[in-house]
Amino acid sequence: MKDHLGRPLVAVTGIGLVTPLAWGREATWAAIVSGTSGISRIRRFPVDKLRTTIAGTVELPEEAAGGAIVPSPIRVERMAAAAVEEALAQAALGEGGAFPGPLMVGMPPVEYEWPQRFELARQANGDGGYAAATKVATGRRDLYETFLFGGVGERLAARFGTRGAPIALTTACATGASAIQMAVEAIQRGEADAAIALGADGSVQPEAVIRFSLLSALTARNDDPEGASRPFEKTRDGFVMSEGAAALVLESLEHAQARGATVLGIVSGCGERADSFHRTRSNPDGHAIIGAMRNAIDDAGLTPADIGYVNAHGTSTPENDKMETLGMRAVFGDAPPPISSNKSMLGHTLSAAGAIEAALSLLTIRDQVLPPTINHREPDPAITLDVVPNVARKVSGVRHVLSNSFGFGGQNVCLVVSAAP
Amino acid sequence: MTKQDVVITGIGLVSSLGEGPDAHWSVLSQPGATPVVDETAFAPYPVHPLPALTLDSQIPKKGDQRQMEPWQRLGTYAAGLAIDQAGARGLVSDMHLIVAAGGGERDVAVDEAMATAYCAVPAEEAGRALNEMLATELRPTLFLAQLSNLLAGNISIVHGVTGSSRTFMGEEAAAADAVRIAAARLAEGRGGIALVGGAYASQRWDLVLLYGAGHALWRGPFAPVSARDGTGGFVGGALGAFLVLETAEHAAARGATPLARLAGVATDAMHARAGTSAATAAALWQKLGAPAGGLGVLSGMTGVAEARGEEDAFLAGLDAAAVRRTGSLLGHGVEASFPANVALGALALSRGGFFPAMDPADAGDGPVERILVTGFGQWRGEALALLERVA
Repeated sequence: MKDHLGRPLVAVTGIGLVTPLAWGREATWAAIVSGTSGISRIRRFPVDKLRTTIAGTVELPEEAAGGAIVPSPIRVERMAAAAVEEALAQAALGEGGAFPGPLMVGMPPVEYEWPQRFELARQANGDGGYAAATKVATGRRDLYETFLFGGVGERLAARFGTRGAPIALTTACATGASAIQMAVEAIQRGEADAAIALGADGSVQPEAVIRFSLLSALTARNDDPEGASRPFEKTRDGFVMSEGAAALVLESLEHAQARGATVLGIVSGCGERADSFHRTRSNPDGHAIIGAMRNAIDDAGLTPADIGYVNAHGTSTPENDKMETLGMRAVFGDAPPPISSNKSMLGHTLSAAGAIEAALSLLTIRDQVLPPTINHREPDPAITLDVVPNVARKVSGVRHVLSNSFGFGGQNVCLVVSAAP
Repeated sequence: MTKQDVVITGIGLVSSLGEGPDAHWSVLSQPGATPVVDETAFAPYPVHPLPALTLDSQIPKKGDQRQMEPWQRLGTYAAGLAIDQAGARGLVSDMHLIVAAGGGERDVAVDEAMATAYCAVPAEEAGRALNEMLATELRPTLFLAQLSNLLAGNISIVHGVTGSSRTFMGEEAAAADAVRIAAARLAEGRGGIALVGGAYASQRWDLVLLYGAGHALWRGPFAPVSARDGTGGFVGGALGAFLVLETAEHAAARGATPLARLAGVATDAMHARAGTSAATAAALWQKLGAPAGGLGVLSGMTGVAEARGEEDAFLAGLDAAAVRRTGSLLGHGVEASFPANVALGALALSRGGFFPAMDPADAGDGPVERILVTGFGQWRGEALALLERVA
């Protein structure tokens, strides 16, 4: 019931997933195992003049039926709620709006978007100035509560009846992993017997696409959406923005067993290390990502040889995949375990990625199937790793998976998920 | 697991009143201090403006300064002040970091020009124009100046803080939980030293627009927190506030002098304010388990009427020796206010005194042995921190 440091073991008893491939855990996993891409042309808004016109998107049912496009915080909240519902149902814990622990919400920063700015300017008789917008917006509680950073967490906490203040957090592309780490720490320190950790992102809107594009981070392989995300492949040239959500129900193993819950796995280790090198690039020596990987393995009380598979950060940018390879060789030496990138199929779900990939890592252990890295056509001689190219692989005996998340701003978080003891 | 004592060994404080512990102590320890207010630039919303900063002293590379806008610069600057006071420059590689962040600056000129030009154009056409204009008008690096987690990123880059890095979002409550969790991680042995705080750049139209929409901002001539009638509201205060926290053992081992002991932080969040917040705070106060005598309160009261009513009810049941509403002099700095008030508490305890009244409703002049910081925020969340004199 305790780990090698005397802390309570933290079990996963519920998993919920929403991705461009499907609303739901098993449907997403089946598509992942079959190597299906969730990337398509952006249909949500006009893409004329954009350098990148493809993304992974999750439409809400009312949008699919022709309704108005919702802003990011509403998309995040809806996907998150669906993922949490699914996770709670599987865990059979805290349903009916009374969850016995805190809520950790990994999400992107949110702000007024262009439809809100245009609407306020119209109300101000065509004056798009901030002073005029402020005047007509005064008293708009709907805008205020939608776009406050605390709004999404507040509404989710109220809906699911979680305890204490919900904590919303961002560590860029490591956000989902950070949310899980926060929940694990809360259980380890005895703050609660259970917690919900989720990561969600719904940022495919014009300004966000343009901003990532201006940083030269996105691929512009617009003619081949499904083949555009190609982590670790020689011709990779940027990531594909995407959306989704994952939620985990976490509880102390003792709590889970006492109530007879099915234990899906253990979050056995969390490691982090920040980088001080550059706002968007890792230090060329890789010490921060190496440190995060080693810290996670140490925290789990394991050695690198115990890790049977690595769920890559694997964004498909030239830089990340090169650095991740360097990190793999530094940590695992001459015989690194297989590594594959879910982002080859899902694209980069940003704040959700760490949570989605931790969820898929647990399913990897459950079914003993390594998901593929699709679009692997031309190997990169500099990537000396087994990336499980193109086709999922049946395995046996994989008990421990390392899931990597490396963020802009140098925020790196790695998790080790393990089979139920 | 034995909990270790957590102490504060450095504060980094920048407000409209000035920067650093000496400047704040000299202004705030004398009766009759007056706020610095600009009532015209964002009229009808007054703000407490940012003081002039010698940025080079904390952010030596011009390239780093250019990669940030005022909010990130203010936070990075205040973080550096805290590290300096703690004498912890040599400890940054293993220092853990939690930042409570809002959103970063927008390019106001681009926003205003685009909104004016395209607000009445059909959506498809406006969308096409937006694509073209944003791609040419936005500075690529503005995105990085805007991302919430890049305040922490800049603190890592400029000051070398790399133990770990987390950014909490969620206005006042995020800041209280940042302090709570930074302290809890140290207390349970996850590292020996941590940096935690936030910043608020008050002179920003995008923030006036966001908070004004919720009737959370005070309109009209400046009035102290307790005297804001109707729905009330806060006056945004430029505020950068960071704390260096250490385990007592870690501080002692390197000969650092603690300013105060952070005896406890407790937070909660009710889903409705009226009728619940005061009782929730009272329960948090019980949880902190402090003796009742000699209590000085540094209230983070914003001036938003609903939260103020609940906090007044909580304070009435507290029997404090002295209550001070810091918002009447510093303004309200959203994510920065809770750490700023913790910093002021540590400052007072380290100087062996307390502050005279800051607001007409401030009562009590009894001797202060320990300090309670309150954070009810503008919308959601109840938070308390307890500071004690170092033995």
